Amino acid sequence: MSEIRTLIVDDSSVMRKIVERALRQAGLEGLVVHEAGSGVEGLEVLKITAVDLILSDINMPAMDGLEFLRQIRAQNLAVGIPVVMITTESSEEHVKQAIEAGAKGYIRKPFTAEQVKERVLPLVHAA
Amino acid sequence: MLLNGVRSSVTGGQRSGSRGGAGGETPREGGREAGGAISRERTMPVSLRESVEQVSDPRNLDASVEEVFRLMLGLECKRVVGPADLETESVTSVVGFGGVLSGACVFKSGAGTAMKIAAHMTGMEFSAIDDTVKDGIGEICNMLAGAWKGKVPELAANTGLSVPAVITGHDYKLHVQAPEFQIHHTYRFDDQVFEVTIVCDGLQ
Repeated sequence: MSEIRTLIVDDSSVMRKIVERALRQAGLEGLVVHEAGSGVEGLEVLKITAVDLILSDINMPAMDGLEFLRQIRAQNLAVGIPVVMITTESSEEHVKQAIEAGAKGYIRKPFTAEQVKERVLPLVHAA
Repeated sequence: MLLNGVRSSVTGGQRSGSRGGAGGETPREGGREAGGAISRERTMPVSLRESVEQVSDPRNLDASVEEVFRLMLGLECKRVVGPADLETESVTSVVGFGGVLSGACVFKSGAGTAMKIAAHMTGMEFSAIDDTVKDGIGEICNMLAGAWKGKVPELAANTGLSVPAVITGHDYKLHVQAPEFQIHHTYRFDDQVFEVTIVCDGLQ
């Protein structure tokens, strides 16, 4: 895979940059980043852009990350593309909800680049 | 301002209803009914009353602050005793709790400290409180709130977070009336100080 087209969905522009930096520190080569500030924006990006990986926050205005995940599946967008949730919500229940909605991974904020590497790289390599 | 059951107001006057001050915790008011819009609207089988000592343990806040600053900013951050001598221009972020606990996590720092924190987060330099600085401080408060509630499993599973609200200005105080409990600590990294407050105004 020469490029890894990645959609980062977070209402915080600062957090989007931090996630991008962590992906680069994790050694994700050929990273091409698309950004969205909400689930609604994320869906719009997916309608016009093919991606290889999606990382999404959960707590967002307009459309939260779990609904974004459900809508991806309902609208057959990004079929088979791994989605990793990056969020402050860390309970077993939240993880369960995310997995049920289709997430392949879960990273709790605050996180380290090493954690991003451990949870994201295997998904990218498997895709 | 009503935020997830937190009754508070921002004015230029002196702080009131905030007992205990820097470095201290307010005593709980026994027998007070759980309040707040969200907690009244939901019927939840889970109760935090039995684990209230764990929820109000001030060490959870210290551990959360140290964890967030170490992992996200690469900074060693320690609690200091005594009130923070903040600049007149300050930045406050509030993240509300709703569910079995209603209240808020409040971060407050001087403008210079806020810009330094944002610089550590982004790798950029700032000379004014712009949208990026406010966004960064809001996200720090969001992570502090999430890390703090994550210390108690019942709290993590049954309490939601609001999106951050950020307040900037000169010489204002945040007032909260009669909280169930309040934890108010001052922290330092390098030569910068800031305050973090957990306000609980309702507990199921």
